Order: sequence, then C-alpha cells, then structure tokens
Amino acid sequence: MAEPKPTKDLPQTPNWHRKDLLGIRELEIGEIEMILDTAAAFKTVGARDIKKVPALRGKTMVNFFAEPSTRTRTSFELAAFRLSADVVNISATTSSLQKGETLKDTALNLQALHADIIVLRHSSAGAPKFLADRLNSSIINAGDGAHEHPTQALLDVFTIREHLGKIEGLKVAIVGDILFSRVARSNIWALKKLGAKVTLVGPSTLVPRSFEEMGVTVARHIDDILESADVINLLRIQHERQRKEYFPNLNEYIRFFGLTKARGAKLKPSCLIMHPGPINRGVEIDSDIADGLQSVILAQVTNGLAVRMAVLYLCSTAARKVR
Amino acid sequence: MMDLIIKNGRVIDPSNDRDEIADLYVVDARISAQPPAGECETIDARNLVVAPGLIDIHVHLREPGQSHKETFETGSQAAAAGGFSSIVCMPNTDPPADNPSTITWITDRARASASVNIFPSGAITKGLNGEEMAPIGSMVQAGIVAITDDGHCVQNHEVMRRAVEYARMFDLAVLDHCEDYNMVGHGVMHEGYWSTVLGLAGWPRTAEEIIVARNILLADLCETRIHCQHLSSGGSVRLLRDARARGIPVTGELSPHHIALTDEFLSSFDTNYKMNPPLRAPQDVVTLIEGVTDGTVTLLGSDHAPHAPFEKEVEFDRAPFGIAGLETELGLFLTILVHRTKAIDLNRLITLYTVNPATLLRLPKGTLGIGADADITIIDPDLEWTFRRDKSFSRSRNTPFDGWELKGRAVRTIVAGKTVWKT
Repeated sequence: MAEPKPTKDLPQTPNWHRKDLLGIRELEIGEIEMILDTAAAFKTVGARDIKKVPALRGKTMVNFFAEPSTRTRTSFELAAFRLSADVVNISATTSSLQKGETLKDTALNLQALHADIIVLRHSSAGAPKFLADRLNSSIINAGDGAHEHPTQALLDVFTIREHLGKIEGLKVAIVGDILFSRVARSNIWALKKLGAKVTLVGPSTLVPRSFEEMGVTVARHIDDILESADVINLLRIQHERQRKEYFPNLNEYIRFFGLTKARGAKLKPSCLIMHPGPINRGVEIDSDIADGLQSVILAQVTNGLAVRMAVLYLCSTAARKVR
Repeated sequence: MMDLIIKNGRVIDPSNDRDEIADLYVVDARISAQPPAGECETIDARNLVVAPGLIDIHVHLREPGQSHKETFETGSQAAAAGGFSSIVCMPNTDPPADNPSTITWITDRARASASVNIFPSGAITKGLNGEEMAPIGSMVQAGIVAITDDGHCVQNHEVMRRAVEYARMFDLAVLDHCEDYNMVGHGVMHEGYWSTVLGLAGWPRTAEEIIVARNILLADLCETRIHCQHLSSGGSVRLLRDARARGIPVTGELSPHHIALTDEFLSSFDTNYKMNPPLRAPQDVVTLIEGVTDGTVTLLGSDHAPHAPFEKEVEFDRAPFGIAGLETELGLFLTILVHRTKAIDLNRLITLYTVNPATLLRLPKGTLGIGADADITIIDPDLEWTFRRDKSFSRSRNTPFDGWELKGRAVRTIVAGKTVWKT
C-alpha cells in the first residue's frame, strides 16, 4: 500500500524513535517536548470545520480497555478518527478475557489481525510493557494499574504550558490519593523532567514517604500550599471498601484536603485548578470551584485529544521506521 | 553397585571436623575406613572438594497434583545436578500433604522415581488453612521430618502455639513461611522506592519481621525448634540474632535470590523476579550476608518453586510467586558468599548445607563418618560456568538466572554410593 502522503501541515518528526508509549519515566525531556509541540500542531485540526487529516489512513487501532473508562477511551477513539485510522473497541466484558483467555493470547490474536496500534488500559501495572515486549504493534499505555498514565500527564503539562506559558519553576501541587494513582506518578515524572517543583498533598497513608525519593516534597496539609501554588491538580478521591483502612471517611478527608470555597479564596488568582476526572463535586473539589474561572478541567479534556493524536502519530510513524 | 575410591580430593566433613587431602572409600553404599577389597570404581578428585551430600530443606516438588510444574523425577534430577543428595519437599501440593496417606504416597512415589533422597514435610494445619491442626503424629509415623504450612503462614497465634507445643512431643522442627497476611494484602513486591515507582502493591518488611518475632516468642514459650524460612528482611536477621544470643531455639534460612537480586530488577516487570517473600533493598542484602557471617543465619535453601511458562507469562500481579532454584543455588552461594564477598569460607558453606540441616531435622545425613550412607557431593569450587535454563533438568524454566556466569559448582553427586549426576 502506498504511504499516506503527509499533508503539508503535518508535523515532521525525524527524531522520534519509539513505537510504544509505556510511561513518562523513560522519556527524555526532548521527547516530551516533541509530543507537546506535535500536539500543539494537531490542536488546530480539532478547531477546523473538517476535523480530519489522513496521517493514519489505512492503519488499524485497537482500543483495548480491560478496565472501565469513558473519557480516555473516547478520547483515543476520536483522536484516531481525526487521524483517519480505523478503530475497533474491545472491553473486558466483550473480550475473550472473560472466557479465561490470557492477555498474551488475546494480544497475539490482535497482532494476527494486523492491528497497527494497540491502546491498552489494564488494571495490572506493567501490562502494556508485557505486550510491547511480545508484539510488533505499537503499544500505547492508556493507564496500567497504579503505574503510569502517560497521555494524562502529557495533556496535563500541555494544558499548564498553554495557560501559563512554561513549566519550569512552577509550583505544582498534586492532591489526593497518590498511592493508588497512575496519574500522580506520570505527572510527577513529567513535571520533574520539565523543571517544575512538585508537592504531594494527602493523608499520610495515601502519600507514603517513599514518594520523596522521586524528588518531590510531601506536605502534611493542603493549607500549606494554597498561597504558593501555581497549579493544583486534584485527584479523584475514592472511599470504597478496599480503601477503608487508609482514612476514616469522606467528611474527614474534606476537612483536611478538600478544595473548599474558603480554601479556594486563598489561591493566587493565576493558580490553575486541574482534575483528571471524573470529579466528585463537593468531595475533593467544591462545585463552584470546579466550574470557576481558574478551572481548566474541560480544557484538559480538549487538549487530551490533541495530545493523543500526537502520540498515535509519532508512535505509528516510528513503528513504520522500525519495520 | 560398585564400590568406590575417591582419590586425592580435599575431604571436607564438618560433622567430623575434617578438612584434609585424603582418599574416601565407599563399600556397600556406606562410607568405609578400609578400601574396597574387590573390583571398584576410582574417581580422581584432585583439586576438587569431597563433601557430604548436600541437603536442601526447602524444595517444592509439586507432586501430587501439579506434575505439569515438576515431578519427583524431574525435580530430583535438578537437585542432583545442583549437588544435592537429599531434599525436603514442601506440603503445599494438591491435595496438600496434610495426612499420613498422602505422605505415604509421596514416600512410595519418590522411592520409585527420584534419583536423590526425598524427605517429606507435613502440613501444620489441615488443608494449610491455618485453623485446625493436621494429624501430625500420624504423619511422623508415615515419615515426615518437619511440619510447615509453607506457601502459607498460620495467622492465628493460638493455633500456631498449640501446633508448636504438639510438635515438641515428636522432637519435630516447625518450619515457617513468615508472612502477616493482613499487612501484605495484595502485595507483590518489596514496599519501597521501586514499588512506589512501579505502582505495584507493596509487601513490607514488617510483615515478615512481625511473624519472625512471633515465632521467637513461641519457640521460647514452647521450647521447640522453629525455623524461619527464606528470610528476606534485614530486620528479621536482627531479631534472630538477639533471640539466638538468648538461647531461644530459632533458626533462619537464606535463599540465594534474596542476596543475588534486589527489588530494582522488578522494573522489567519480568515475573521471574516475583517471589514470596519478595526481593528487597540493597541494605537488606548487606544485613542478610552479615547474618550468614556472624552465624545468625545457619541454613541455606533454594525455595525451588517451579511454575509452568504459561502460568508465569501473565500480568505481573497475576503471576504465581516463586522461581526454580535447585540448579543455581550452590553456584550462586559459592559465587556471592565465598568468592565475591568472602562472607564465609567453603568449609562453613558446607556446614550450612550438611550438618545444620541434618541437626535441625534430625536427618541421618550430612556426614562422611564411617558407616554413614555414601551420599557425597564432589565440588569444583573455582569452576567458572554459565547457567543455561534451556539445559535445566527441571520441568519448569522460571528462573531469573539464565545466562549468569557463576564460579563454583558440584561436578558429581553420589547417592548411596551411586553416581546420580556428573558434569
């Protein structure tokens, strides 16, 4: 098949060599910047009347979500559509994983069907690496256990850069359930690499001291960071059965860590309020603050599309080079 | 069977304080003071070490019920290739070895198909469920040499206390896999920097140490030998050091992977680095080795835990714990403890593999005394070799040591006067 001809406004990326995006930890600073710059170029596509470029025409992307997701799955799907790829969605409940098929066998079958790109969401940390070690297809990590969620971190830093013009030197607080959060880990790597100062805030049971070895500061109380933060990234707080031993109840969580109206008033006017969603209004974030002027929560969603277009484009281009 | 003369070897027999260049005689499958009278085989052991047959007290042979992982035949061949003439098999089989019929079946089956001596251990509790005492006395009559719920850990201290107390009646050692289930939860690796980075659930040191501490208290209370298996935490060594200084009958065991590897290896998400207890941090490795040097850790064991490739080749948190170890343990310990760190000398290493396990489990093994069973391991302590798992005798291939260059290995294993393996 003839190579799809890049339109003249498609970014040229001769220095991208990864067929897979498994995490932020292993990325060089230049690679992160290349994704962000590529995403900026793609963002203009979404604002056009005709929202499609032929970059991945003839490519097949499998959206393999072994764990529930709406926003990330839809975002990847739309990103692929805008790049003219063909998309198949597979979820845990509709796949043969339900019948006891192993991840390895499912993956080999997808490869046998000539899937060029597999976007994997999985509850087990390392599952995307497991596939990448075994398949020729491009593997994009859409969240693996508590390990990494690289495209989320990329869209977060993209959004910060878009609104504040830079990352370096910014004070970014990540608040909430850090221990079980892949979003937190990927954000820590991305922000640290780009020169931000990262502070983690949350109950000591959910922000163990071992995070300090990743080069971040751990604050005991949300009030300690309100006045100085340039960005506050609030994570969804869950209080399901398995979390019971980590903090007593949601009221007590809100008392110490919730971004209430009173706390919101202490923020710098320029401070961005971010959330990877889905938000719990009235828990980690006051409803009015979520909808307020400092909130960039919906901008994150929009930017997610551009970032995922960039990642799909770069990795599939590299896969072509590898083959 | 032919009688033997093993000539000019360095005979190291710690049970008799013997370390000298000498000839060793085997007559009628026993160690003899006199050379064979008639026809015999002569083995040249110049520049080699002639030791009592080594004993590994911590082996999973998977029969009955899991013969797709290992069998008495394949596991005992792996043991022979590793230099072991005697091994103790763990009871976490399917069904578990928690009753005299299963023990008898194991003994019969092992005798029919194994190339080394296999000594069964029996479960502490029925079904390894930690609740109800297994028929320990009947299993003793059927031939067990220890009780353990290995793979599991009795959580109820009262159940454990009564089992330990009961075992005293049979002069039986209790072997314990030290793990507090509530603290471990779904933990799959050492809780520390790397579990933080990888997002894998942590299995904290404390969850081992708290059970080691429990066992120290119970060994003291019941005046019965409790042996803490496969120690992974430096803190466990400190607890045992203190307890042993006070004369409490507790012992500790070291498996080679816990000093050969650290938790950082898990960043590959390779399930061949997944074992229970988990690989820990570099400071634990240092303390574990110190424990061997100062005599706190007195036993070595592989925790040979074979699993089929299809079982291990899955998502990290879904893979079973454990690695195969019989064929690499002696090489790893020689390389790390004797050659690289010089933590102990060869003589001491042989003590840890012969006298100490024989003493703990009251086995009539581990000695080259006159009249003893002619179980002999001939070791080339300086031989440089590379382990290849595709050459392994085990039915499984789950080892992280494929391609490792090691120094020192067994070159011949003799069981009851018969060479069961040689290089």
